[in-house]
Amino acid sequence: MKYKDYYQTLGVERNASAADIKKAYRKLAHKYHPDVSKEPDAKDKFQEIGEAYETLKNAEKRAAYDQLGSGYQPGQDFRPPPGWETQFAHDGGSGQQSFDDIDLADLFAGLVGRGARAGKFPVPGQDFEVTAQITLEQAARGTELDINLNVPDYDETGVPRRVPRTFEARIAKGASDGQRLRLPGKGGKGRNGGRDGDLWLNITLAPHPLFRPDGHDLYVDLTLAPWEAVLGALVEVPTLDGAVRLKVPAGTRAGQKLRLAGRGLPKPRGGEGDLYAVVQIVVPTHPSEHEKELYRKLAEGTTFDPRSHFKETVK
Amino acid sequence: MKIENYQAEWFDEQQQFSLAELADLSGMPEAELRQLVDYAALAPVDSDAAEARFGAKSLITARMAQRLRNDFDLDTSGLALALSLLERVRELEARLQTLGAQSPKIHR
Repeated sequence: MKYKDYYQTLGVERNASAADIKKAYRKLAHKYHPDVSKEPDAKDKFQEIGEAYETLKNAEKRAAYDQLGSGYQPGQDFRPPPGWETQFAHDGGSGQQSFDDIDLADLFAGLVGRGARAGKFPVPGQDFEVTAQITLEQAARGTELDINLNVPDYDETGVPRRVPRTFEARIAKGASDGQRLRLPGKGGKGRNGGRDGDLWLNITLAPHPLFRPDGHDLYVDLTLAPWEAVLGALVEVPTLDGAVRLKVPAGTRAGQKLRLAGRGLPKPRGGEGDLYAVVQIVVPTHPSEHEKELYRKLAEGTTFDPRSHFKETVK
Repeated sequence: MKIENYQAEWFDEQQQFSLAELADLSGMPEAELRQLVDYAALAPVDSDAAEARFGAKSLITARMAQRLRNDFDLDTSGLALALSLLERVRELEARLQTLGAQSPKIHR
């Protein structure tokens, strides 16, 4: 069993009062709660904080934790001191408890679980929630995801343990960023007739070098040379299904969006989003002398005033 | 190692739940869900219907409510406020995502 320093996790001294422990937990929970936090490691961090608080807020569990000793480093393999089982462990001190494959959190979860198991009332299974990042291409074509979870479970005598579970989930095409999949009954097993929990898959889309998604629509920058924007052009635009030719009308302005209908991401219930080519006018940063000369001629020969709206609005 | 194969299905946005189903699936007591309806943090699909039915998004909200209530010891009033503020954050983030997608990057 690996040691975890619950006091260190909450940033409090070992002799901290219950009020100080609660205060430290709340402060950290505000920062790391996955529903409100934008910290990148919020979920893992909050799990550690929640686990520490779950044990230290309960006087009985805290006493049991303190009895484990304090001379260990976090992550260090250790065994509870002799006699600990007799006093605290969930099998009532039969001496059969193995600590090798047990997580410290499960050990302490078991301490209050004694009453619940004895009562035999239905306990619903735990919901599992997994966030999976997929590429735009996978979202467009569908994919298979291997998901590995170390889930809490109970052996036949009701003792908590961790069990590795591997899911292979086939994801049909049609994902968008933030979309959820629910697999009813595929979460933790219910006990005493309680329903099985659900498995939730939250999909996020990995950033793509070209396409930016908004729901099922995609946006791509269409860079045009000044003369292409002025005169019009036939240009190749990449899509998820390969390049297509797009006619850029003469007089196209920067920021205009040219819509390619049905070239976005497919939707789960059929149909597709659109692809928008967002026009940007780019100029040569290192023009040759010849190019400079051509631009000078254009400047001399044009009546175009790009800032005429200044004169119209500022008198 | 045993590999379990599942055909994952999109969370059906058209799916509807009764208040009892919402309570069962979220772990929130029915009475508190009713209070969240009174605070307008949860909205039935048809507020005039004899038996309230809730859309799929309400299950997401109810699950979040359960987590926030447990993890922050919130009363229903505080919970309703947190949920409405988080919904505003979600809407603003969606708006930001749209604007970010539409804004061209710098190309040289």
